Amino acid sequence: MKKVLMGNHALSFGAMLSRSQVIAAYPITPQTQVVELLSEMCADGTLDARFIKVESEHSAMAACIGASIAGARTFTATSAQGLALMHELLHWASGGRLPIVMGNINRAMAPGWSIWSDQNDSLSQRDTGWMQFYCSSNQEVLDTVIQAFKVSEKLSIPSMVILDAFSLSHTYEVVNIPDQADVDAYLPPFDPLYRLTPDDPHAFNGLTSPEHYFELRYKLERDMEKAPALIEETGREYERQFGRYLGLADNYLCEDADVVLVTSGTAGSTARVAVDDLRKSGVRVGNLRIKVFRPFPFDTVRRILKNKKKVAVVDRNISYGHHGIFAQEVKSALYGQGEGTTVFGYVCGLGGRDITPQTFREIVDYARTHEAPEEGILWIGVKR
Amino acid sequence: MKKDKKMTLTLPVEEYIGAGNLACQGCGANLALRYVLKALGPKTVLCIPACCWAIIDGPFPQSCASVPIFHCAFEAAASTAAGVKAGLEMVGDHETTVVAWAGDGGTFDIGLQALSAAAERNDDILYVCYDNEAYMNTGIQRSSATPFGAWTTTTPVKFFKDRPKKDIDAIMAAHRIPYQATGSIAFPEDVFKKAKKAKETRGTKFLHILAPCPTGWKSRPEDSVKLARLAVQTGLFPLFEVENGEKYTLNVKVKDKKPIAEYLRLQGRFRHLTPDQIQAIQEDVDRNWARALKKFEAS
Amino acid sequence: MTKKKEGKKIVFQSEKEMPMMAMSLGSMLYNKTGSWRNIRPEIKTEACIRCGLCWKFCPDTAIEIEDELPVVDYDYCKGCGICAAECPAGCIVMVEERR
Repeated sequence: MKKVLMGNHALSFGAMLSRSQVIAAYPITPQTQVVELLSEMCADGTLDARFIKVESEHSAMAACIGASIAGARTFTATSAQGLALMHELLHWASGGRLPIVMGNINRAMAPGWSIWSDQNDSLSQRDTGWMQFYCSSNQEVLDTVIQAFKVSEKLSIPSMVILDAFSLSHTYEVVNIPDQADVDAYLPPFDPLYRLTPDDPHAFNGLTSPEHYFELRYKLERDMEKAPALIEETGREYERQFGRYLGLADNYLCEDADVVLVTSGTAGSTARVAVDDLRKSGVRVGNLRIKVFRPFPFDTVRRILKNKKKVAVVDRNISYGHHGIFAQEVKSALYGQGEGTTVFGYVCGLGGRDITPQTFREIVDYARTHEAPEEGILWIGVKR
Repeated sequence: MKKDKKMTLTLPVEEYIGAGNLACQGCGANLALRYVLKALGPKTVLCIPACCWAIIDGPFPQSCASVPIFHCAFEAAASTAAGVKAGLEMVGDHETTVVAWAGDGGTFDIGLQALSAAAERNDDILYVCYDNEAYMNTGIQRSSATPFGAWTTTTPVKFFKDRPKKDIDAIMAAHRIPYQATGSIAFPEDVFKKAKKAKETRGTKFLHILAPCPTGWKSRPEDSVKLARLAVQTGLFPLFEVENGEKYTLNVKVKDKKPIAEYLRLQGRFRHLTPDQIQAIQEDVDRNWARALKKFEAS
Repeated sequence: MTKKKEGKKIVFQSEKEMPMMAMSLGSMLYNKTGSWRNIRPEIKTEACIRCGLCWKFCPDTAIEIEDELPVVDYDYCKGCGICAAECPAGCIVMVEERR
């Protein structure tokens, strides 16, 4: 069935179709519509779930953690300050091996108050052990939630499904909504190996000495390393059933490109428009839109970028005291992969500053006219 | 004749916390959990935030308890328990009692927000605060449950705690939860009865159990039960129940209150108090007791 | 009611033997807290009035009832002295632990 949905509602439908059983969430602009619709769905019986109206995002994640260890499929959504408030518990969910799926609307971190698109909130959480999926269409959002549940539950690792504030969360697009029966066939009920139950009593998360902690974290990382292949495999399965494949990254005309843009989120779909435009005037440019940031898709990135002369990474984020985060990670992935690739790291769009096809023309133009970047960070659009 | 006499046991024999645990000698928190679990039985899960019991249970991969435990973040006991309850119900378990088992730090201070929210929603959880009146697990720092006059590492003798103990029972009564009660480890049958009553009640239940700590109170380990008894007999810690924030029932009537000095004298944390300060504490106890009595009479 | 309590300390040789999260797999009985004592309780059973208070007030469940009499499990008794302090018949005495 096709419906015109905003990105936030695509998240709600994804959570609903995945038969989430416990939802605990706290409102924050621009996430509110996600939970409002889910609340309605719970109230009118469309979704058989308990909706816990918590008093903060920290409690939202705590309640999800409790519900998940009890054996229920859990979902929540947040943004910026809310995500930051959950930070302590993001570690708890991943270390506790709980396959919670969370929607995060990429919004700039305060101060000053901002409700507009920026990736620092989710990227500040990149080390917490959560998988991170960056979406650029509402169809992708809905499809990703369903697949995230499947991958998370197989690996016992939580996932974040990430949308840009307003440019995706509040933008209406046509979304193909799968039938519940088809989703049920794809995504079986949550059946965890270990649960909190008097039938099999254990104490979870007790004091863990240096004698054991290392191995537990080793296991988390080893399981995370299985994720890229699993994401591709479950993605192919999804494609067979629903006709749409997501995968780890979107390779658009990179094969013969002199300059490859590396993008994520909605900037990634704007980049495609710019690529088409530039190709018309004979510029050989391509776009690699990274969909899965954690686990980092090393093989895909290396395969596509290895022999490229110039790579222009576009970050809507920054790690203060270093560079844009995708730029750092791309450079580290290319380390030791052979010479000849120059990476240009651009930072633009912070705090919701618009990223347009013109932005990309500027980016490509600079890359084409310089042998190497003049600065570690190439700031685009800042009024200097 | 003595050989024919039977042992009088006023509580069921079954134990749910075992030996080999890491509690200090004379730990009041152990007795508190022992009695509560006897009342709740095996179909119970505990959510334990950072507190002494996070350690007492034992390190991974061992546990001294025979009920499931989920160790959770410090400020999140009530929220985690609410989530566990919702999750259990969604997977078809409507029987298991979900307990948040927290110390005073995780209840009066860092965990108060989550507790208030759970109570306001009337989540079907039993929240038990075992109160040893300071952050004992981290080495005896003051909490808002620390009584006036007490030494702690963050309220050293020169700057002893000069604010009264936060009235958590009044705070919980303001939420109009179906059932709450105070308890003392010196009155195990009373704790047992209240835990049983809580188990039968739907909605948010709150038990506030005084659990003396020899290590933090600088008292002798053998005095833990005596102190828990004196706290009640001096009128300092009345044993009562409240239903729906309105109906107050006094469980242990104290006719002639023992002088508070008798209680304070056994604890090194009060050793620095002058007779004037002790007198001030006595007057405070008297005032609070009189005020409490009015509530009980009005109900 | 009692048999000698036994517990094993679990040791992992490899991460492959470990659960994926910190999850208990055994009891604390391997930890013989009796070694913490400086003083030990001795019960004069002839004077015992069978009130059950010593059993009831032991924080470590180290007193058990066998044949209508309290028996101290010295493997785990931490020597806190509560049983001696609470016994109404005064038949429990704390004596210096012999090593």
